[in-house]
Amino acid sequence: MENCKSCNRRCCTKINNISVKINNEYIIKNINIHIHCGHLTVIIGRNGAGKTTLLKALIGEINHEGSIEFIDEKDGKNKKIKIGYVPQKLGIERHNPTSVYDLFLSNITNKSLSIFKSKDAYNLVFEQLEKFEASELINKKLGELSGGELQRVLLAFATISNPQLLVLDEPVSGIDNKGTALFYKLIDKLKKEQDIAIILVSHDFNPILEYADNVILLDKEIVCEGTAKKVFESSQFKRYFSEYERGDKFASNI
Amino acid sequence: MISLQAIYNVIEYIFPFSWSNYDFMKNALLAIVIIAPLFALIGTMIVNNKMAFFSDALGHSALTGIAIGSIIGIKDPVISMIIFGILFAYIIYSLKNKDISSNDTIISVFSSTSIALGLALLSKGGNFSKYSNFLIGDILNIGTNDLILIFIAFIIVITFWMLLSNKLLLISIDNALAKSKGINVKVVETLFIIIVAITVMISIKWVGILIVNSLLILPAAASKNISNNIRQYSLYSILFSVISGVSGLIISFYSKMASGPTIVLVAALIYFITVAMKRSK
Repeated sequence: MENCKSCNRRCCTKINNISVKINNEYIIKNINIHIHCGHLTVIIGRNGAGKTTLLKALIGEINHEGSIEFIDEKDGKNKKIKIGYVPQKLGIERHNPTSVYDLFLSNITNKSLSIFKSKDAYNLVFEQLEKFEASELINKKLGELSGGELQRVLLAFATISNPQLLVLDEPVSGIDNKGTALFYKLIDKLKKEQDIAIILVSHDFNPILEYADNVILLDKEIVCEGTAKKVFESSQFKRYFSEYERGDKFASNI
Repeated sequence: MISLQAIYNVIEYIFPFSWSNYDFMKNALLAIVIIAPLFALIGTMIVNNKMAFFSDALGHSALTGIAIGSIIGIKDPVISMIIFGILFAYIIYSLKNKDISSNDTIISVFSSTSIALGLALLSKGGNFSKYSNFLIGDILNIGTNDLILIFIAFIIVITFWMLLSNKLLLISIDNALAKSKGINVKVVETLFIIIVAITVMISIKWVGILIVNSLLILPAAASKNISNNIRQYSLYSILFSVISGVSGLIISFYSKMASGPTIVLVAALIYFITVAMKRSK
């Protein structure tokens, strides 16, 4: 694997035959994905194609058929996979008092954070946020962060427990170009330095060309799969995304 | 019978006023000092997890709990109230996840049904007035045994709460995110609604069905207006809850108004002050 030069770990995640049925209707059907550590797999598709459903099935939020296998070839064993998740948005209102620091504390300590103060944890959280250029946000309230800031904080939060697979649902809007560029730079750094396998749902085609190792076009089933160039040039892609949409989402040509 | 004389002496020393000569006032004060922080902490989670309407319905369901208790012939209906409250809470909680109709509709249907059922059963034979105390509560009627019950509840609830509050916080931020961090959302939420049910039912005798929810929600809602993190949120909420409890009790003694509503009015006043503070920021 060309992306794994710096590490000896060889591992892979197999997503086998994942299907989700709601009211006897398949939302997604027979999804098979094979991903390696240090690879970025990007899922694209129209609204309602089942992208978010697939992610939620992967993290166990909704019931599904099929299985997720993780094989760590360091010891060749089949293990329960540890998945980090970055949601599209949070279900909190703007005035929610939870700060960025609180979010981290709620996960890394068992002592009730509404009463106990933990100075040791502060440095840990600060350093983790620093890796994602978000340390200045540590005392801000979650509800007051911009889209890009929240995305970086959630990325730091998802990776603090060293997951083997990172699952990200990219926000549809609310992030400026500078924020998007920084986000992809951080994702790239994560996969190269920490050798994490990443699955990303994206709506933004330009960075995909630059960063994705594998692109999956989804419409309930996998319609087309391969390198970004291959998928974007396929007839299926052209059928799913009209000229207008493609022109809108590509600032430059393929 | 446990003697509270030492505690009484402390209270008389701290509050050298006419009201502190009465044992019923001292008992009420003790109850408030134990219950107010409990309400404050649970209230913060109820407000954060958007369950205010749920806890309101839970309070109303107490009527049916009381009715069942009186039919079975229990002298102190608190046991039947707690059991029915937990059952009621759990049914609403399971229906909420079944996507039958919108949450507020489900809660409303169950709330109205249990009020009606409770009123119908209690009014049978025409002596509903016997139970009217449960509507506004009577905090001045707390005895030593009641204090012990409150204290045991306090220990149980605080223990559970200390273990669960971080997990509940993460659930309130994002359900899927909490699951991805390995939290068993169903178990944590179920334990939490049981804790809420126990707290509400134990307190109804003293604060009353009509206003029990205000005491849960108002301090937390006020605190939310001026807090920048969860620690502040909890601490201000406890502070507001104790201040409104103690000052409401004392005001009610001199003004000869019912204690529960007076306490709620002080809490409401604090809430409006925090709204003004937030707007002037």
